[in-house]
Amino acid sequence: MTKPLVIVGSGLAGYTVAREFRKLNSDQPLLMITADGGESYSKPMLSNAFSAGKDKCALSMASAVQMAEKLNATVLTETSVRAIDPQQRQLRLDGQEVVYDKLVLALGASPLKLKCAGDAVGEVLQVNNLDDYQRFFSRLQSAQSVLVIGSGLVGCEFANDLALSGKQVTLLGRAATPLNRLLPAEMAAHLQQKLAQVGVVWQSSNQVVSINRAAQGYAVRLADGTSLQVGLILSALGLRANVALAEQAGLQTERAICVDRMLCSSQDSVYALGDCVQVEGLHLPFVLPLMKSAHALAKTLAGVPTEVVYPAMPVTVKTKSMPLVISPPQVEECEVELESRQNGQRALYWDQNRTLQGFVLSGDCVAEKQQWTRVLPAWLAEE
Amino acid sequence: MKQYICAVCGFVYDEEQGLPSEGIPAGTRWEDIPEDWQCPDCGVSKSDFEMMEF
Repeated sequence: MTKPLVIVGSGLAGYTVAREFRKLNSDQPLLMITADGGESYSKPMLSNAFSAGKDKCALSMASAVQMAEKLNATVLTETSVRAIDPQQRQLRLDGQEVVYDKLVLALGASPLKLKCAGDAVGEVLQVNNLDDYQRFFSRLQSAQSVLVIGSGLVGCEFANDLALSGKQVTLLGRAATPLNRLLPAEMAAHLQQKLAQVGVVWQSSNQVVSINRAAQGYAVRLADGTSLQVGLILSALGLRANVALAEQAGLQTERAICVDRMLCSSQDSVYALGDCVQVEGLHLPFVLPLMKSAHALAKTLAGVPTEVVYPAMPVTVKTKSMPLVISPPQVEECEVELESRQNGQRALYWDQNRTLQGFVLSGDCVAEKQQWTRVLPAWLAEE
Repeated sequence: MKQYICAVCGFVYDEEQGLPSEGIPAGTRWEDIPEDWQCPDCGVSKSDFEMMEF
């Protein structure tokens, strides 16, 4: 009997590879293994689903059973892979061993944990999958005020969405302005104003010292000596690639699993993609790189070796109060050219040779996305 | 007339409405949209859309 293609992980990366592979190969057995319930959903949708009133059911596009049928696959849910043996091409699960023809790791990334004192640190929520989201959704029904810790993409999106849902939102970051690593100072200040207009209270250059249970929710003490009372705390401090399983199997890892342009790891027949990898050193935990990788990898797995190509891939930030599209410059030392209009701003990043390397568009200027993306150099060009 | 939804961001393409802002006239069938077309909101490819039924 033909050995199966085995995919570990059922997030966007895992399911997209599976779907694209099935378009090219309808007979090879396909086994998917996932630690969660195996519902098909889109993680980027979680950060603005609350204002739309969506719960887990509304976000889940298909169940594991429906996915198994659609993909002509076996989907093992609530199942952890304990070890990989690349020499024997074998996986160890709890109480069972599985052989593979080729293995795909789509292990994703895990949220960084907040470190501080207090008896309620363990009750801080993080939203990194559908079950996390459901817990958050349920808790929000009775919480009127929310503290969002971390002012990167995800923190800003949640803060904006919750404020639009009528919650009292405090957004806390270590920097002077939200999204400071991705935006020029003027635009970051503008984002802060737009968020303030919908009620988001910005706590700049601050950190959480302790979180303790209080009569109604939590008492939070901050580094600047002030404190606040909130009903719910959400932490969005960033993600770290899940590399433990790969490391244990002897795969080369750095801050993520190292793969080449074929998405192949340092071990033969073991591939990886998505938030858990760096492709030739590039770690891009966003949707578009993941989708590009899934399409290329599906071809490789179906017998047509295909290298992944990354064009410039702008990130759309779902901050409704100030729509943003960001294509971060891939080279250092760029000159920023900022233009402000009545309902939007545009920042262009030029390198020393006057080549456009990146941009940030806000408000009405987001309509210019295609026009500027077209002239950006590729991030991983065709060889 | 059918509708197609982006599996990543939820953008809906409605054949009846088309996407005049992107040069796709109302009534354009999904099959007639170029294969290299991308989701206007998140940028994923046409094959990452799914047909929606009501």
